[in-house]
Amino acid sequence: MKLIIAIIQPYKLEQVKEELYKAEVNLITVSEVLGHGRQKGVTEVYRGSKETGNLLRKVRLEIAVNDSFLEPTIKAITKGAKTGETGDGKIFVLDLKECVRIRTEERGHIAIG
Amino acid sequence: MNSGDTAWVLISSALVLLMTPGLAFFYGGMVRRKNVLSVLMQCFIIMCVLSIWWVLIGYSLSFFPSKGFWGGFQWLGLNGVGLEPYPDYAGTIPHQAFMIFQAMFAVITPALIIGAFAERMKFSAFLVFTLLWSTFIYAPLCHWVWGIGGWLRNIGALDFAGGTVVHINAGIAALVTAIVLGKRNNLEKNIPTPHNMPFVVLGTALLWFGWFGFNAGSALAANGLAVNAFVVTNTAAASAGLSWALIEWFRNGKPTIFGVCSGAVAGLVAITPAAGFVSVVPAIIIGLLVSVFCFIAVTVIKPLFGYDDSLDAFGVHCVGGIWGALATGLFASKLVNPVGSDGLFFGNPKQFLIQLFTVLVTVVYTGVVTFAIYKLVDMLIGVRVDKKTEDIGLDLTQHHERAYTILE
Repeated sequence: MKLIIAIIQPYKLEQVKEELYKAEVNLITVSEVLGHGRQKGVTEVYRGSKETGNLLRKVRLEIAVNDSFLEPTIKAITKGAKTGETGDGKIFVLDLKECVRIRTEERGHIAIG
Repeated sequence: MNSGDTAWVLISSALVLLMTPGLAFFYGGMVRRKNVLSVLMQCFIIMCVLSIWWVLIGYSLSFFPSKGFWGGFQWLGLNGVGLEPYPDYAGTIPHQAFMIFQAMFAVITPALIIGAFAERMKFSAFLVFTLLWSTFIYAPLCHWVWGIGGWLRNIGALDFAGGTVVHINAGIAALVTAIVLGKRNNLEKNIPTPHNMPFVVLGTALLWFGWFGFNAGSALAANGLAVNAFVVTNTAAASAGLSWALIEWFRNGKPTIFGVCSGAVAGLVAITPAAGFVSVVPAIIIGLLVSVFCFIAVTVIKPLFGYDDSLDAFGVHCVGGIWGALATGLFASKLVNPVGSDGLFFGNPKQFLIQLFTVLVTVVYTGVVTFAIYKLVDMLIGVRVDKKTEDIGLDLTQHHERAYTILE
Protein backbone atom coordinates (compact mmCIF):
# COMPACT_ATOMS: atom_id res chain seq x y z
CA MET A 1 0.00 0.00 0.00
CA LYS A 2 1.27 3.45 -0.85
CA LEU A 3 0.30 7.01 0.00
CA ILE A 4 0.73 9.49 -2.84
CA ILE A 5 1.09 13.15 -2.04
CA ALA A 6 0.95 15.45 -5.05
CA ILE A 7 1.38 19.20 -5.18
CA ILE A 8 -0.15 20.73 -8.29
CA GLN A 9 -1.23 24.05 -9.75
CA PRO A 10 -4.69 24.92 -8.43
CA TYR A 11 -6.15 25.46 -11.87
CA LYS A 12 -5.12 21.97 -12.91
CA LEU A 13 -7.21 20.27 -10.27
CA GLU A 14 -10.19 19.54 -12.49
CA GLN A 15 -8.05 17.98 -15.19
CA VAL A 16 -6.20 15.84 -12.66
CA LYS A 17 -9.45 14.64 -11.14
CA GLU A 18 -10.69 13.80 -14.60
CA GLU A 19 -7.59 11.71 -15.36
CA LEU A 20 -7.79 9.95 -12.00
CA TYR A 21 -11.41 8.99 -12.56
CA LYS A 22 -10.44 7.65 -15.98
CA ALA A 23 -7.78 5.51 -14.27
CA GLU A 24 -10.47 4.29 -11.89
CA VAL A 25 -8.94 6.02 -8.91
CA ASN A 26 -11.92 7.41 -7.08
CA LEU A 27 -10.51 8.13 -3.64
CA ILE A 28 -8.93 11.49 -3.07
CA THR A 29 -8.35 14.12 -0.43
CA VAL A 30 -7.74 17.68 -1.55
CA SER A 31 -6.39 20.55 0.45
CA GLU A 32 -5.23 24.03 -0.30
CA VAL A 33 -1.68 24.89 0.63
CA LEU A 34 0.92 27.58 0.09
CA GLY A 35 4.06 26.48 -1.59
CA HIS A 36 7.35 27.47 -3.06
CA GLY A 37 9.27 26.06 -5.93
CA ARG A 38 12.02 27.56 -7.98
CA GLN A 39 9.56 29.53 -10.14
CA LYS A 40 8.86 33.21 -9.93
CA GLY A 41 5.09 32.69 -10.09
CA VAL A 42 2.61 35.45 -10.80
CA THR A 43 3.40 38.92 -9.60
CA GLU A 44 1.17 40.63 -7.09
CA VAL A 45 1.19 44.38 -6.73
CA TYR A 46 -0.23 46.24 -3.76
CA ARG A 47 -0.20 50.00 -4.22
CA GLY A 48 3.09 49.82 -6.03
CA SER A 49 4.96 47.37 -3.85
CA LYS A 50 5.63 44.25 -5.83
CA GLU A 51 5.51 40.89 -4.21
CA THR A 52 7.12 38.32 -6.48
CA GLY A 53 5.35 35.28 -5.11
CA ASN A 54 7.28 33.70 -2.32
CA LEU A 55 4.52 31.40 -1.19
CA LEU A 56 2.01 30.69 -3.89
CA ARG A 57 -1.30 28.90 -3.71
CA LYS A 58 -1.06 25.24 -4.58
CA VAL A 59 -3.35 22.28 -4.23
CA ARG A 60 -2.29 19.11 -2.41
CA LEU A 61 -3.76 15.73 -3.23
CA GLU A 62 -3.48 12.73 -0.95
CA ILE A 63 -4.38 9.39 -2.43
CA ALA A 64 -3.94 6.00 -0.81
CA VAL A 65 -3.48 3.21 -3.38
CA ASN A 66 -2.82 -0.46 -3.59
CA ASP A 67 0.55 -1.23 -5.19
CA SER A 68 -1.02 -2.20 -8.51
CA PHE A 69 -2.54 1.22 -8.80
CA LEU A 70 0.64 3.14 -8.05
CA GLU A 71 1.94 3.65 -11.59
CA PRO A 72 -1.48 4.32 -13.16
CA THR A 73 -2.14 6.95 -10.51
CA ILE A 74 1.20 8.65 -11.03
CA LYS A 75 0.61 8.65 -14.76
CA ALA A 76 -2.87 10.07 -14.34
CA ILE A 77 -1.74 12.89 -12.09
CA THR A 78 1.13 13.74 -14.39
CA LYS A 79 -1.11 13.73 -17.46
CA GLY A 80 -3.61 16.02 -15.82
CA ALA A 81 -1.19 18.43 -14.21
CA LYS A 82 1.63 18.79 -16.68
CA THR A 83 2.01 21.97 -18.70
CA GLY A 84 5.73 21.77 -19.39
CA GLU A 85 6.40 25.02 -17.55
CA THR A 86 7.95 25.49 -14.13
CA GLY A 87 5.37 25.28 -11.39
CA ASP A 88 3.80 22.02 -12.54
CA GLY A 89 4.45 20.52 -9.14
CA LYS A 90 5.73 17.28 -7.57
CA ILE A 91 4.57 13.83 -6.64
CA PHE A 92 5.81 12.05 -3.51
CA VAL A 93 5.30 8.36 -2.80
CA LEU A 94 5.30 7.08 0.76
CA ASP A 95 4.96 3.57 2.09
CA LEU A 96 1.64 3.16 3.79
CA LYS A 97 1.65 0.92 6.86
CA GLU A 98 -2.04 0.58 7.52
CA CYS A 99 -5.36 1.70 6.16
CA VAL A 100 -8.73 1.48 7.97
CA ARG A 101 -12.21 2.07 6.58
CA ILE A 102 -13.95 3.61 9.53
CA ARG A 103 -17.51 2.68 8.61
CA THR A 104 -16.85 -1.06 8.41
CA GLU A 105 -13.58 -1.23 10.34
CA GLU A 106 -12.01 -3.17 7.47
CA ARG A 107 -8.25 -2.98 7.25
CA GLY A 108 -5.55 -3.32 4.63
CA HIS A 109 -5.98 -3.68 0.87
CA ILE A 110 -9.74 -4.03 1.08
CA ALA A 111 -9.97 -0.80 3.00
CA ILE A 112 -8.14 1.12 0.28
CA GLY A 113 -10.17 -0.14 -2.68
CA MET B 1 -38.01 75.02 -6.85
CA ASN B 2 -39.13 72.71 -4.06
CA SER B 3 -36.68 71.75 -1.35
CA GLY B 4 -38.50 68.51 -0.48
CA ASP B 5 -38.41 67.35 -4.10
CA THR B 6 -34.77 68.33 -4.49
CA ALA B 7 -33.78 66.56 -1.28
CA TRP B 8 -35.60 63.41 -2.33
CA VAL B 9 -34.05 63.35 -5.80
CA LEU B 10 -30.56 63.86 -4.38
CA ILE B 11 -31.07 61.07 -1.87
CA SER B 12 -32.48 58.88 -4.62
CA SER B 13 -29.43 59.55 -6.75
CA ALA B 14 -27.22 58.39 -3.90
CA LEU B 15 -29.40 55.30 -3.45
CA VAL B 16 -29.13 54.40 -7.10
CA LEU B 17 -25.38 54.86 -7.02
CA LEU B 18 -25.26 52.42 -4.12
CA MET B 19 -26.91 49.85 -6.35
CA THR B 20 -23.80 49.55 -8.51
CA PRO B 21 -21.51 48.43 -5.67
CA GLY B 22 -24.48 46.37 -4.49
CA LEU B 23 -24.58 44.72 -7.88
CA ALA B 24 -20.83 44.26 -7.67
CA PHE B 25 -21.20 42.14 -4.54
CA PHE B 26 -24.31 40.39 -5.84
CA TYR B 27 -22.32 39.26 -8.88
CA GLY B 28 -19.02 39.00 -7.03
CA GLY B 29 -20.34 36.42 -4.63
CA MET B 30 -21.59 34.32 -7.52
CA VAL B 31 -18.29 33.95 -9.34
CA ARG B 32 -15.39 31.76 -8.36
CA ARG B 33 -12.97 33.07 -5.80
CA LYS B 34 -10.26 33.69 -8.36
CA ASN B 35 -12.45 36.17 -10.24
CA VAL B 36 -14.19 38.16 -7.52
CA LEU B 37 -11.94 41.20 -7.77
CA SER B 38 -12.40 41.37 -11.52
CA VAL B 39 -16.16 41.73 -11.04
CA LEU B 40 -15.76 44.37 -8.34
CA MET B 41 -13.23 46.14 -10.52
CA GLN B 42 -15.47 46.15 -13.56
CA CYS B 43 -18.29 47.70 -11.54
CA PHE B 44 -16.15 50.31 -9.86
CA ILE B 45 -14.34 51.32 -13.00
CA ILE B 46 -17.71 51.81 -14.66
CA MET B 47 -18.66 54.13 -11.82
CA CYS B 48 -15.57 56.17 -12.57
CA VAL B 49 -15.55 56.13 -16.35
CA LEU B 50 -19.24 56.55 -17.01
CA SER B 51 -19.72 59.24 -14.38
CA ILE B 52 -17.31 61.36 -16.37
CA TRP B 53 -18.67 60.24 -19.73
CA TRP B 54 -22.16 61.22 -18.59
CA VAL B 55 -21.34 64.79 -17.66
CA LEU B 56 -19.18 65.31 -20.73
CA ILE B 57 -21.24 63.60 -23.42
CA GLY B 58 -23.84 61.13 -22.18
CA TYR B 59 -26.38 63.48 -20.69
CA SER B 60 -26.46 65.62 -23.79
CA LEU B 61 -26.81 62.61 -26.10
CA SER B 62 -29.59 61.18 -23.98
CA PHE B 63 -31.69 64.10 -22.89
CA PHE B 64 -31.21 67.11 -25.11
CA PRO B 65 -34.65 67.61 -26.62
CA SER B 66 -34.82 66.60 -30.25
CA LYS B 67 -36.47 64.13 -32.57
CA GLY B 68 -33.14 62.66 -33.58
CA PHE B 69 -31.31 59.41 -33.01
CA TRP B 70 -29.51 61.06 -30.14
CA GLY B 71 -30.61 64.07 -28.14
CA GLY B 72 -27.98 66.49 -29.28
CA PHE B 73 -24.58 67.97 -28.64
CA GLN B 74 -25.66 71.29 -27.20
CA TRP B 75 -25.33 70.15 -23.62
CA LEU B 76 -21.83 68.69 -23.93
CA GLY B 77 -19.88 69.30 -20.74
CA LEU B 78 -23.18 70.27 -19.12
CA ASN B 79 -23.13 73.48 -21.08
CA GLY B 80 -26.48 75.13 -20.37
CA VAL B 81 -27.35 72.62 -17.69
CA GLY B 82 -27.56 74.74 -14.62
CA LEU B 83 -29.06 74.89 -11.18
CA GLU B 84 -32.43 76.31 -12.19
CA PRO B 85 -35.15 73.76 -12.97
CA TYR B 86 -35.66 72.57 -16.54
CA PRO B 87 -39.44 72.27 -16.42
CA ASP B 88 -39.85 69.94 -19.39
CA TYR B 89 -38.13 67.23 -17.38
CA ALA B 90 -38.65 68.24 -13.75
CA GLY B 91 -40.13 71.56 -12.79
CA THR B 92 -39.32 71.65 -9.09
CA ILE B 93 -35.70 70.52 -8.87
CA PRO B 94 -32.45 71.96 -10.24
CA HIS B 95 -31.66 70.72 -13.74
CA GLN B 96 -28.41 69.23 -12.50
CA ALA B 97 -30.31 67.22 -9.91
CA PHE B 98 -32.23 65.54 -12.72
CA MET B 99 -28.97 65.09 -14.59
CA ILE B 100 -27.13 63.45 -11.73
CA PHE B 101 -30.08 61.21 -10.95
CA GLN B 102 -30.03 59.98 -14.52
CA ALA B 103 -26.26 59.57 -14.35
CA MET B 104 -26.66 56.76 -11.86
CA PHE B 105 -28.92 54.88 -14.26
CA ALA B 106 -26.38 55.23 -17.03
CA VAL B 107 -23.75 53.84 -14.67
CA ILE B 108 -25.62 50.76 -13.54
CA THR B 109 -27.02 49.67 -16.89
CA PRO B 110 -23.78 48.47 -18.51
CA ALA B 111 -22.75 47.02 -15.15
CA LEU B 112 -25.66 44.59 -15.47
CA ILE B 113 -24.12 43.09 -18.59
CA ILE B 114 -21.11 41.98 -16.54
CA GLY B 115 -23.19 39.03 -15.46
CA ALA B 116 -23.04 37.58 -18.95
CA PHE B 117 -19.33 37.73 -19.65
CA ALA B 118 -18.02 37.29 -16.12
CA GLU B 119 -14.84 35.28 -15.68
CA ARG B 120 -13.66 35.47 -19.26
CA MET B 121 -13.53 38.99 -20.67
CA LYS B 122 -10.36 41.00 -21.11
CA PHE B 123 -10.34 44.13 -18.99
CA SER B 124 -9.16 46.46 -21.76
CA ALA B 125 -11.78 45.12 -24.15
CA PHE B 126 -14.39 45.49 -21.45
CA LEU B 127 -13.61 49.20 -21.07
CA VAL B 128 -13.81 49.91 -24.78
CA PHE B 129 -16.95 47.83 -25.15
CA THR B 130 -18.67 49.62 -22.26
CA LEU B 131 -17.91 53.08 -23.62
CA LEU B 132 -19.10 52.21 -27.12
CA TRP B 133 -22.18 50.46 -25.76
CA SER B 134 -23.15 53.40 -23.61
CA THR B 135 -22.70 55.84 -26.47
CA PHE B 136 -24.42 53.87 -29.21
CA ILE B 137 -27.03 51.91 -27.29
CA TYR B 138 -27.77 53.34 -23.87
CA ALA B 139 -27.85 56.99 -24.92
CA PRO B 140 -30.07 56.54 -27.99
CA LEU B 141 -32.49 54.18 -26.24
CA CYS B 142 -32.65 56.48 -23.24
CA HIS B 143 -33.43 59.32 -25.58
CA TRP B 144 -36.13 57.44 -27.47
CA VAL B 145 -37.98 56.36 -24.31
CA TRP B 146 -37.39 59.23 -21.91
CA GLY B 147 -36.00 62.17 -23.86
CA ILE B 148 -38.18 64.97 -25.09
CA GLY B 149 -38.83 64.30 -28.76
CA GLY B 150 -37.96 60.66 -28.28
CA TRP B 151 -40.02 58.62 -30.72
CA LEU B 152 -40.99 55.84 -28.33
CA ARG B 153 -41.96 58.38 -25.73
CA ASN B 154 -44.06 60.11 -28.35
CA ILE B 155 -46.02 57.00 -29.24
CA GLY B 156 -46.91 56.56 -25.60
CA ALA B 157 -44.51 53.92 -24.32
CA LEU B 158 -44.62 53.71 -20.55
CA ASP B 159 -41.38 53.08 -18.72
CA PHE B 160 -41.42 54.63 -15.31
CA ALA B 161 -37.93 53.89 -14.09
CA GLY B 162 -36.13 51.89 -16.74
CA GLY B 163 -37.62 48.49 -17.46
CA THR B 164 -36.81 48.94 -21.11
CA VAL B 165 -33.97 51.42 -21.03
CA VAL B 166 -32.08 49.57 -18.33
CA HIS B 167 -33.15 45.98 -17.88
CA ILE B 168 -34.33 44.70 -21.23
CA ASN B 169 -31.55 46.71 -22.83
CA ALA B 170 -28.78 45.28 -20.69
CA GLY B 171 -30.42 41.89 -20.63
CA ILE B 172 -30.42 41.46 -24.38
CA ALA B 173 -26.87 42.76 -24.60
CA ALA B 174 -26.05 40.12 -22.01
CA LEU B 175 -27.52 37.32 -24.09
CA VAL B 176 -25.74 38.42 -27.22
CA THR B 177 -22.42 38.82 -25.41
CA ALA B 178 -22.76 35.45 -23.71
CA ILE B 179 -23.40 33.73 -27.02
CA VAL B 180 -20.62 35.36 -29.04
CA LEU B 181 -18.06 35.16 -26.25
CA GLY B 182 -18.69 31.47 -25.83
CA LYS B 183 -18.89 29.30 -22.78
CA ARG B 184 -16.40 29.31 -19.99
CA ASN B 185 -13.84 26.50 -20.12
CA ASN B 186 -14.60 23.09 -18.64
CA LEU B 187 -18.12 24.06 -17.78
CA GLU B 188 -19.62 20.58 -17.84
CA LYS B 189 -16.98 19.06 -15.61
CA ASN B 190 -16.66 22.02 -13.40
CA ILE B 191 -19.97 23.69 -12.62
CA PRO B 192 -18.94 26.96 -11.02
CA THR B 193 -20.64 27.56 -7.73
CA PRO B 194 -20.92 30.86 -5.90
CA HIS B 195 -17.82 31.28 -3.81
CA ASN B 196 -19.36 33.63 -1.28
CA MET B 197 -23.10 33.39 -0.84
CA PRO B 198 -23.17 35.98 1.96
CA PHE B 199 -21.87 38.53 -0.59
CA VAL B 200 -24.76 37.64 -2.86
CA VAL B 201 -27.18 38.26 -0.03
CA LEU B 202 -25.49 41.50 0.96
CA GLY B 203 -25.59 42.63 -2.65
CA THR B 204 -29.27 41.81 -2.89
CA ALA B 205 -29.98 43.81 0.25
CA LEU B 206 -28.15 46.84 -1.12
CA LEU B 207 -29.98 46.50 -4.43
CA TRP B 208 -33.40 46.28 -2.75
CA PHE B 209 -32.58 49.28 -0.58
CA GLY B 210 -31.20 51.30 -3.48
CA TRP B 211 -34.10 50.37 -5.72
CA PHE B 212 -36.35 52.64 -3.68
CA GLY B 213 -34.29 55.46 -5.11
CA PHE B 214 -34.38 53.90 -8.57
CA ASN B 215 -38.18 53.62 -8.68
CA ALA B 216 -39.57 56.11 -6.19
CA GLY B 217 -36.95 58.66 -7.18
CA SER B 218 -38.20 58.47 -10.75
CA ALA B 219 -41.25 60.42 -9.63
CA LEU B 220 -38.76 63.30 -9.52
CA ALA B 221 -40.70 64.73 -6.61
CA ALA B 222 -41.49 63.93 -3.00
CA ASN B 223 -45.15 63.31 -3.65
CA GLY B 224 -47.90 60.72 -3.81
CA LEU B 225 -46.57 59.16 -6.99
CA ALA B 226 -43.21 58.57 -5.33
CA VAL B 227 -45.01 56.90 -2.45
CA ASN B 228 -46.92 54.67 -4.85
CA ALA B 229 -43.69 53.68 -6.53
CA PHE B 230 -42.07 52.99 -3.16
CA VAL B 231 -44.95 50.83 -1.98
CA VAL B 232 -45.30 48.75 -5.13
CA THR B 233 -41.53 48.31 -5.36
CA ASN B 234 -41.33 46.76 -1.93
CA THR B 235 -44.42 44.69 -2.55
CA ALA B 236 -43.26 43.29 -5.87
CA ALA B 237 -39.82 42.44 -4.50
CA ALA B 238 -41.37 40.67 -1.55
CA SER B 239 -43.88 38.71 -3.57
CA ALA B 240 -41.27 37.68 -6.13
CA GLY B 241 -38.79 36.58 -3.48
CA LEU B 242 -41.44 34.50 -1.79
CA SER B 243 -42.60 33.12 -5.10
CA TRP B 244 -39.15 31.88 -6.08
CA ALA B 245 -38.67 30.27 -2.69
CA LEU B 246 -42.00 28.47 -3.05
CA ILE B 247 -41.18 27.32 -6.56
CA GLU B 248 -37.90 25.88 -5.34
CA TRP B 249 -39.51 24.30 -2.31
CA PHE B 250 -42.07 22.62 -4.50
CA ARG B 251 -39.77 21.66 -7.34
CA ASN B 252 -36.43 20.95 -5.66
CA GLY B 253 -37.53 20.06 -2.18
CA LYS B 254 -35.80 22.93 -0.42
CA PRO B 255 -35.95 26.72 -0.67
CA THR B 256 -32.57 28.41 -0.95
CA ILE B 257 -31.28 31.85 -0.06
CA PHE B 258 -29.92 32.15 -3.58
CA GLY B 259 -33.46 31.60 -4.81
CA VAL B 260 -35.01 34.22 -2.56
CA CYS B 261 -32.34 36.70 -3.65
CA SER B 262 -32.81 35.92 -7.33
CA GLY B 263 -36.55 36.22 -6.93
CA ALA B 264 -36.37 39.52 -5.09
CA VAL B 265 -34.13 40.99 -7.78
CA ALA B 266 -36.41 39.69 -10.51
CA GLY B 267 -39.37 41.30 -8.76
CA LEU B 268 -37.55 44.59 -8.52
CA VAL B 269 -36.69 44.41 -12.20
CA ALA B 270 -40.27 43.68 -13.19
CA ILE B 271 -41.82 46.47 -11.14
CA THR B 272 -39.34 49.02 -12.50
CA PRO B 273 -41.28 50.08 -15.60
CA ALA B 274 -44.57 49.77 -13.74
CA ALA B 275 -43.84 51.46 -10.43
CA GLY B 276 -45.47 54.76 -11.27
CA PHE B 277 -48.45 53.27 -13.06
CA VAL B 278 -49.76 50.30 -11.13
CA SER B 279 -51.17 49.80 -7.68
CA VAL B 280 -50.41 47.31 -4.98
CA VAL B 281 -52.47 44.27 -5.96
CA PRO B 282 -51.09 44.20 -9.52
CA ALA B 283 -47.66 44.57 -7.91
CA ILE B 284 -48.21 41.34 -6.01
CA ILE B 285 -49.27 39.57 -9.19
CA ILE B 286 -46.33 40.97 -11.15
CA GLY B 287 -43.97 39.73 -8.46
CA LEU B 288 -45.53 36.27 -8.19
CA LEU B 289 -45.35 35.70 -11.92
CA VAL B 290 -41.91 37.16 -12.65
CA SER B 291 -40.32 34.46 -10.53
CA VAL B 292 -42.10 31.81 -12.55
CA PHE B 293 -40.87 33.24 -15.84
CA CYS B 294 -37.33 33.89 -14.68
CA PHE B 295 -37.08 30.51 -12.97
CA ILE B 296 -37.99 28.84 -16.24
CA ALA B 297 -35.56 31.04 -18.15
CA VAL B 298 -32.73 30.15 -15.83
CA THR B 299 -33.34 26.47 -15.14
CA VAL B 300 -34.97 25.26 -18.33
CA ILE B 301 -34.22 27.59 -21.22
CA LYS B 302 -30.59 28.28 -20.45
CA PRO B 303 -29.54 24.59 -20.26
CA LEU B 304 -31.72 23.84 -23.27
CA PHE B 305 -30.02 26.35 -25.52
CA GLY B 306 -26.67 26.07 -23.84
CA TYR B 307 -25.57 29.71 -23.73
CA ASP B 308 -23.33 30.58 -20.80
CA ASP B 309 -25.00 33.59 -19.27
CA SER B 310 -22.78 33.15 -16.23
CA LEU B 311 -24.76 35.12 -13.69
CA ASP B 312 -28.18 35.09 -15.35
CA ALA B 313 -28.20 38.68 -16.50
CA PHE B 314 -30.46 37.67 -19.39
CA GLY B 315 -32.58 35.25 -17.39
CA VAL B 316 -33.37 37.73 -14.65
CA HIS B 317 -33.01 41.21 -16.14
CA CYS B 318 -34.19 40.70 -19.68
CA VAL B 319 -36.98 38.22 -19.00
CA GLY B 320 -38.03 40.10 -15.87
CA GLY B 321 -37.86 43.39 -17.72
CA ILE B 322 -39.95 42.13 -20.63
CA TRP B 323 -42.60 40.81 -18.25
CA GLY B 324 -42.55 44.12 -16.38
CA ALA B 325 -42.92 46.17 -19.55
CA LEU B 326 -45.81 44.02 -20.77
CA ALA B 327 -47.40 43.95 -17.31
CA THR B 328 -47.35 47.73 -17.37
CA GLY B 329 -49.44 47.47 -20.50
CA LEU B 330 -51.85 45.24 -18.62
CA PHE B 331 -52.16 46.88 -15.23
CA ALA B 332 -51.46 50.58 -15.73
CA SER B 333 -54.14 52.84 -14.35
CA LYS B 334 -54.73 56.52 -14.66
CA LEU B 335 -56.05 56.43 -11.12
CA VAL B 336 -52.47 55.89 -10.01
CA ASN B 337 -50.89 58.29 -12.46
CA PRO B 338 -53.13 60.62 -14.48
CA VAL B 339 -50.21 61.48 -16.74
CA GLY B 340 -49.81 57.84 -17.78
CA SER B 341 -52.36 55.64 -19.48
CA ASP B 342 -54.71 52.82 -18.68
CA GLY B 343 -53.64 49.30 -19.41
CA LEU B 344 -55.50 46.37 -20.94
CA PHE B 345 -57.22 45.39 -17.71
CA PHE B 346 -58.48 48.92 -17.34
CA GLY B 347 -60.09 49.04 -20.74
CA ASN B 348 -57.23 50.10 -23.01
CA PRO B 349 -55.69 47.20 -24.94
CA LYS B 350 -53.73 49.63 -27.11
CA GLN B 351 -51.23 50.26 -24.32
CA PHE B 352 -50.27 46.62 -24.25
CA LEU B 353 -49.51 46.75 -27.95
CA ILE B 354 -47.42 49.90 -27.52
CA GLN B 355 -45.46 48.16 -24.78
CA LEU B 356 -44.98 45.08 -26.92
CA PHE B 357 -43.74 47.20 -29.79
CA THR B 358 -41.30 49.01 -27.52
CA VAL B 359 -39.97 45.72 -26.22
CA LEU B 360 -39.44 44.43 -29.75
CA VAL B 361 -37.67 47.60 -30.86
CA THR B 362 -35.35 47.38 -27.88
CA VAL B 363 -34.62 43.71 -28.38
CA VAL B 364 -33.83 44.08 -32.05
CA TYR B 365 -31.85 47.32 -31.83
CA THR B 366 -29.81 46.37 -28.81
CA GLY B 367 -29.26 42.84 -30.02
CA VAL B 368 -27.94 43.87 -33.40
CA VAL B 369 -25.82 46.82 -32.31
CA THR B 370 -24.34 44.98 -29.31
CA PHE B 371 -23.26 42.25 -31.71
CA ALA B 372 -21.68 44.83 -33.99
CA ILE B 373 -19.84 46.58 -31.18
CA TYR B 374 -18.62 43.28 -29.82
CA LYS B 375 -17.28 42.20 -33.18
CA LEU B 376 -15.54 45.53 -33.66
CA VAL B 377 -13.82 45.39 -30.28
CA ASP B 378 -12.88 41.76 -30.84
CA MET B 379 -11.30 42.67 -34.16
CA LEU B 380 -9.35 45.56 -32.69
CA ILE B 381 -8.08 44.17 -29.41
CA GLY B 382 -9.61 40.74 -28.81
CA VAL B 383 -12.29 40.27 -26.23
CA ARG B 384 -11.86 36.91 -24.58
CA VAL B 385 -8.88 35.97 -22.45
CA ASP B 386 -6.84 32.92 -23.47
CA LYS B 387 -7.32 29.56 -21.87
CA LYS B 388 -4.45 29.74 -19.40
CA THR B 389 -5.49 33.20 -18.22
CA GLU B 390 -9.02 31.99 -17.71
CA ASP B 391 -7.78 28.98 -15.75
CA ILE B 392 -5.56 31.01 -13.47
CA GLY B 393 -8.28 33.60 -12.95
CA LEU B 394 -8.80 37.22 -13.86
CA ASP B 395 -7.82 38.72 -10.51
CA LEU B 396 -4.19 37.65 -10.73
CA THR B 397 -3.83 37.94 -14.47
CA GLN B 398 -5.74 41.14 -15.25
CA HIS B 399 -5.11 42.99 -12.02
CA HIS B 400 -2.17 41.35 -10.26
CA GLU B 401 -4.31 41.17 -7.14
CA ARG B 402 -5.51 38.42 -4.87
CA ALA B 403 -8.78 38.74 -2.99
CA TYR B 404 -8.18 36.41 -0.06
CA THR B 405 -5.20 35.09 1.88
CA ILE B 406 -4.84 31.66 3.39
CA LEU B 407 -1.77 32.01 5.53
CA GLU B 408 0.16 35.17 6.09
